[in-house]
Amino acid sequence: MTDKKSNPLDINGPSFNPDMYLEKLFKECTLKQIMDHENEIVKDTQTLHSDMQTLVYENYNKFISATDTIKKMKNDFKKMETEMDLLASNMASITSFSEQINSTLHDTREKISKLSEVHTLLQRLQFLFKLPATLKSRMEEKNYIQATQDYLHAQRVLQQYGDLPSFQGITSDCESILGELKAELRKQFSNPNASAKELTESVDLLLQLDEPPKELCLEFLSCAEKRLSDQLVMLKDQSEQRDIIEFVDLGCSGFLSDLCLVIASFHDMFINRVNAESLENSEIFENFAAVELDSFVKLNMENYFDLVQSKVDSEQDVGDTSILVQALDRFYRRIEGNTLCKDVNFANTATEIVINAGRKQCKAHLQILKMHFADMLTKVRQTLTTPKLISQDDSSKNLNELLSSLIMTVVEKIKGVLQDLVVFIQPEIHFAQKLQFKDSFCVDNVREGLIVCFMHHFTATARSFCSAGAADPKVPPTLLLLLSKLCLDFQNGSVHFLLSQTDELFHINSKQNSALTTESEIKSTMQESAQELLNYFVRIQGLNCSQMLRKSVETRDWLHTIEPRTVRAVMKRVVEDISAIDATVALLYEDQGTATEHSSDSSRKTHSISVSRHQYRSNWSSYTPNHLDSTLVSNMHKLFSERIEIFSAVEFNKVSILTGIIKISLKTFMECVRLKTFSKYGLQQIQVDTHYLQLYLWRFVADENLVHFLLDEILGSAVHRCLEPVLMEPSVVDIICERG
Amino acid sequence: MDNDNSVIYGLEFQARALAPQLAETEKIKFIIGTQSLKQANNQIHLVEFNEEISTIKTSVFHHSDGEIWKITTSPIDSLKLSTCYNSVINESSCIMKTAILKLPESENPNTIEELEVATKLDTSLFGNDVKITDFHPTESNKAVSVTENQIVLWDISGSEGKSILNIQLEGKHNPKFTTGKWNPHQNCNQFTTATETHLKTYDIRSGDLAWNIDGVHSQLLRDMDYNMNKQYYIATCGDDGFVRIWDFRQTNQPVFSRTDHSHWVWCVRFNHFHDQLLLTASSDARVLISSAASVSSENNESCITDETDGLETKQMLSDGPLQWCEHEDSVYCAEWSPAEPWVFASLSYDGRLLISRVKKSLKYQIML
Repeated sequence: MTDKKSNPLDINGPSFNPDMYLEKLFKECTLKQIMDHENEIVKDTQTLHSDMQTLVYENYNKFISATDTIKKMKNDFKKMETEMDLLASNMASITSFSEQINSTLHDTREKISKLSEVHTLLQRLQFLFKLPATLKSRMEEKNYIQATQDYLHAQRVLQQYGDLPSFQGITSDCESILGELKAELRKQFSNPNASAKELTESVDLLLQLDEPPKELCLEFLSCAEKRLSDQLVMLKDQSEQRDIIEFVDLGCSGFLSDLCLVIASFHDMFINRVNAESLENSEIFENFAAVELDSFVKLNMENYFDLVQSKVDSEQDVGDTSILVQALDRFYRRIEGNTLCKDVNFANTATEIVINAGRKQCKAHLQILKMHFADMLTKVRQTLTTPKLISQDDSSKNLNELLSSLIMTVVEKIKGVLQDLVVFIQPEIHFAQKLQFKDSFCVDNVREGLIVCFMHHFTATARSFCSAGAADPKVPPTLLLLLSKLCLDFQNGSVHFLLSQTDELFHINSKQNSALTTESEIKSTMQESAQELLNYFVRIQGLNCSQMLRKSVETRDWLHTIEPRTVRAVMKRVVEDISAIDATVALLYEDQGTATEHSSDSSRKTHSISVSRHQYRSNWSSYTPNHLDSTLVSNMHKLFSERIEIFSAVEFNKVSILTGIIKISLKTFMECVRLKTFSKYGLQQIQVDTHYLQLYLWRFVADENLVHFLLDEILGSAVHRCLEPVLMEPSVVDIICERG
Repeated sequence: MDNDNSVIYGLEFQARALAPQLAETEKIKFIIGTQSLKQANNQIHLVEFNEEISTIKTSVFHHSDGEIWKITTSPIDSLKLSTCYNSVINESSCIMKTAILKLPESENPNTIEELEVATKLDTSLFGNDVKITDFHPTESNKAVSVTENQIVLWDISGSEGKSILNIQLEGKHNPKFTTGKWNPHQNCNQFTTATETHLKTYDIRSGDLAWNIDGVHSQLLRDMDYNMNKQYYIATCGDDGFVRIWDFRQTNQPVFSRTDHSHWVWCVRFNHFHDQLLLTASSDARVLISSAASVSSENNESCITDETDGLETKQMLSDGPLQWCEHEDSVYCAEWSPAEPWVFASLSYDGRLLISRVKKSLKYQIML
């Protein structure tokens, strides 16, 4: 570049060296070229020249005007110099003047500043003097914030100069107004319409006014309590009209939210605030406030819980479980969701309430079940007492139907109840997840408290029909039989079904929990009561027959009776009754364990007669000549026969039941005969009667020898009690009996 | 069978009358009357039990007036006894009578004597049936007979009984008395009777009804007995097989009720000394000693000691049967001995008398 710039050969460059340029031209170019180049250069030089000329020509005027201007400037500068001098002199005079003025005004200025100070002081004083009025007006405007601020402005002064007599008035005025103000603010506490924000404000102001925080917080709490208790009262009033969901909602939205608000504002106002201001007392006060708050919350929650409890209690009787559960769930969620108090877990109390509700519900259901059961029994009893049932064979179906329908309805009812109660532990229900609740509800309430309890009630009710003290003589015996069978059937099927159903629905592991009442326990009590009822049935029926026999023996004058022509009507009646009982029992109990070695009826009949004849003969022959022999014979008989338990337990089959009844009847017959004295014909009547019984009763019993034995005893006793023991010809007896 | 510590005495005839000799407090003596329609065969047996050597000494007397249904003895005069007997007139009629008899002072082992009649009691005016003649507990000149519907109070000081007072049983359907008994308390002014299922007690001075309990049993009421140590307590038994104890100031419910027999209960007796022991006889051929400790007079004492000192208390017996004797036939009578608290007799219809002792273990349990 530098080379190029300083290229001496460039004709337009500043370092152009003409000689070198020429030399170069000469060396490199032909003549012609040199000639041309010379012409070119000449031409260029000429154009350049003319250009110069035009330039000068064009700028000539400008040169002239410039020269004029320069001349004019020279003149102006001269004028300016003189004016500047003048200015300088004027400035000097101004300075001196101002100094003069300054010195003269100095005193006045000091005065003015003093005056202005006085003025501000006066203004403040005026503020003070006006303070009571302002405060009053603020009070009237209810602008409490401004009033407080105003007072706070003046407070220090007032404190400082409060002793001065002139200020005393103001101070006292202010204080009285302030007192009013405070009262007004405190009134806010008790104002039911005041919002929490207003309350906070009031407390804030009061705190600013140096009210003792302890007192304040107590007052605040007491006011809050009043309000909450008002709420509770209102809830209470409402509780009767509203259903439980509404009630719980009302409680949640009203009481609980208020309580939360109170707690929150209390925290803001007392606990957190004091912290910031005075560190010294803060901790003590904070503790104090927290304790107060806790006890306050506890108290109120207790009241609330009480109220809820009572509402839940009152709800039970009518109880729609799902609504109840829904309400309880809401209630529980709400309580569990809020941590109202650090120390106390209200969820526990809430759980308690829920558990109580569950328990009550179970109890209510139990009550209903019991009532229902009692109703059914009454109904059954009525059906049984209506005479048409007892008479003929449509009773046969009915009795069985009655039994199965009884079982069905009881089982269905219990199932219904279980379904109803399952609502309590549905997965979406919040409290159902609580182990505490689940345990107590499922195991204690539903299983033990309801199902097991009902079963116990069931057996107890059944038993009450045959318990010694309360036995109602009007209970139809068929009912006893039915109940006995009911217990037995229940024991065989329904108990297991219901318990397993319960365990399944409520997720109870009955095998692990040893405290649970086991199935076998219930079954055994069922079995026992079935047995008891059946025994009682046998007893009652036996006694009914006995009664007839007893009356028939006791009322007759056996010494003055005519020769027997017929079987006494009582005997027929007894046989009829026993047949009727047999028919009834056959409807419910199988004829299992049939009489030992029954051969065909016809052959049996003759056989039995022949046996009895033989026995009679042997007895009679001995009776007449010598009593000693007879007792010996009967004693021998007793030695070889088994002891007969009269009111003994019976088995669950027809034969055993009938045997029991017959035993009781015949034993009575015997005892009554022993208390009488007979003439010849009296004895013969007994002979006819016993023979008749023998003909008809053997078929009902398991061991016909038993009947034979008892009847022989009767006749034997009659022989003993006879003044003239002469028996009738057996053939005649046969004829009379066959004649009916 | 629990008959190891008992002695059997067999009679030739059937029997349903047994009485302890109440006035005899030294020796254990019982009197039995037989029941045979062959009049001349009837006997009265005086049975003395020697406890130490477990033997029986008997004296037999004829009672040819008729078959004996009931015997009672005087609580004051050990020689006096009363019988209610059925006297056969001919083959188709007989009549119930009652009389007060006297045992001879000295025994004559060689002959069987007829008993001397101390006082004749003519009940023909008062009814055809005589259930019981019961001596007054404290006054030797008074006795009461119960006929089927009247109570007759006798002056028995002479040889002919004079009726002082008679009380008629009133009611629908001709109610009948079953039996009767003096109330040993209340200055012995009350006489209790059983009729159907009810207890009726009369004030013997005025003849008015003093108190009654209706429906003590669901079937016929057979017998009753007063607790000697607890004046308001009376035990009853009946055809429903129940034994009950009533506090007759409070009659809506029995204080004790059990059914341990399997047939009618014919007789119930409190032990005179230890009234928690209840002796019952039943036609299920069993005699039962049961405990009624919960309502006995000894119950209270043990309760008090219970509180003061646990060591010295005896364990109260639980209610229920404690001991039983078995017979071959129905047992209509059972009696405690008035001389010895642990001995009792029971008579079954087949004429077998069983004199038994209370089990030793039981005895010690009560005494210690």
